[in-house]
Amino acid sequence: MEKLEFDYPSAKRRVTRKAHVGVVGSGDMEILMEPAETGIAHVSVLTSVNGFGSSWKAVLDRFFSKYDGAVRIHINDAGATPGSVMLRLEQAAEVIES
Amino acid sequence: MSAATFIPAFVRRQSFIELNARARAQSLMDAGSWRELVGPFERIQSPWLPEQGIAPQSDDGCVVLKGTIGGKPAVVIALEGKFQAGSMGEVSGAKMTAALDLASRDSRNGKKTAAVLLLETGGVRLQEANLGLAVIAEVMASMLALREHAPVITVIAGTVGCFGGMAIAAGLSSYIVMTREARLGLNGPEVIEQESGIEEFDSSDRALIWAINGGEQRVGMGVADELVTDDAQEITAIVRRFVEAGLPLVHRSQQVDLYRARIAALDTSKQIDPLSLRESWNEEKKEGVAR
Repeated sequence: MEKLEFDYPSAKRRVTRKAHVGVVGSGDMEILMEPAETGIAHVSVLTSVNGFGSSWKAVLDRFFSKYDGAVRIHINDAGATPGSVMLRLEQAAEVIES
Repeated sequence: MSAATFIPAFVRRQSFIELNARARAQSLMDAGSWRELVGPFERIQSPWLPEQGIAPQSDDGCVVLKGTIGGKPAVVIALEGKFQAGSMGEVSGAKMTAALDLASRDSRNGKKTAAVLLLETGGVRLQEANLGLAVIAEVMASMLALREHAPVITVIAGTVGCFGGMAIAAGLSSYIVMTREARLGLNGPEVIEQESGIEEFDSSDRALIWAINGGEQRVGMGVADELVTDDAQEITAIVRRFVEAGLPLVHRSQQVDLYRARIAALDTSKQIDPLSLRESWNEEKKEGVAR
């Protein structure tokens, strides 16, 4: 198991809601998304699959190239593919912005 | 019903099986009446799984909603079958027990509170060993305490089914609702095959498994109460009816003599087949059950 941390200082638009999406089932993951107390986006990932730090960074970089909310994200991952990760991130963003 | 009316109705229905645990629980309660207890943002999760390199889930796979069903106070406790096969760990078990105990307390104080258990579970979470076993014993004790006052309604929708210790717990409930896709049994098919050999039970034979453990057989034998289609609206209506009905005159698990006599009467000199078991057990009507 691996724990990864990422900061996105450019994402600092204030958000007020929370979102919880997904299930920690095989090939899937859950996201807890809530307002960041520090004022900038922070992501922590707990994944049962080791050695994919650069893939996580690539997906999150792409997500935060379009999203600017100051969110604290926690992900519990049971082997979601990068495509699924992006869909779950977008789903959580949709809930938090609705 | 003709195919022309049946097929569109089937396609348009809201599947219950396809919902996750949280959405299942929400769909059973009166809209706007519920709140979630110990939700995911409380982050009360298994301390044991990360130690073993397994990602935990922020609600430990157990969702507890408090609200009303058909205007009556109720608590819905749903297990998430996709997380660790809905297995019972220290945290998920404590959540279930505490919710049942709060319902008991409210019921004793005059506010009768029914419990609905949505069981998708393989039983004990093996990674949590004795703690998993202990919580299942606690769940059973709490179910027995609550059913003195208010009904405990178990819904097994599938597709995980309900096995292991939680199948015994299901047997203690006031009413059991199953779909045709759901299964209920003590040892799962793989376990039986592993322990007793493929001649005893072939776990790849789906027709055999469903003929023995499936919802249709369980309801047909009279060990479950209601067979429903995989339709959220229909399941909600049945649950509402049982909440409204209140306690049965006698719980199934109290009918020890009846079931002892039935088992004693079985002819084990030849292979018993599911259909004849269903026929012979259904002949003697359940006595004293309020339905």
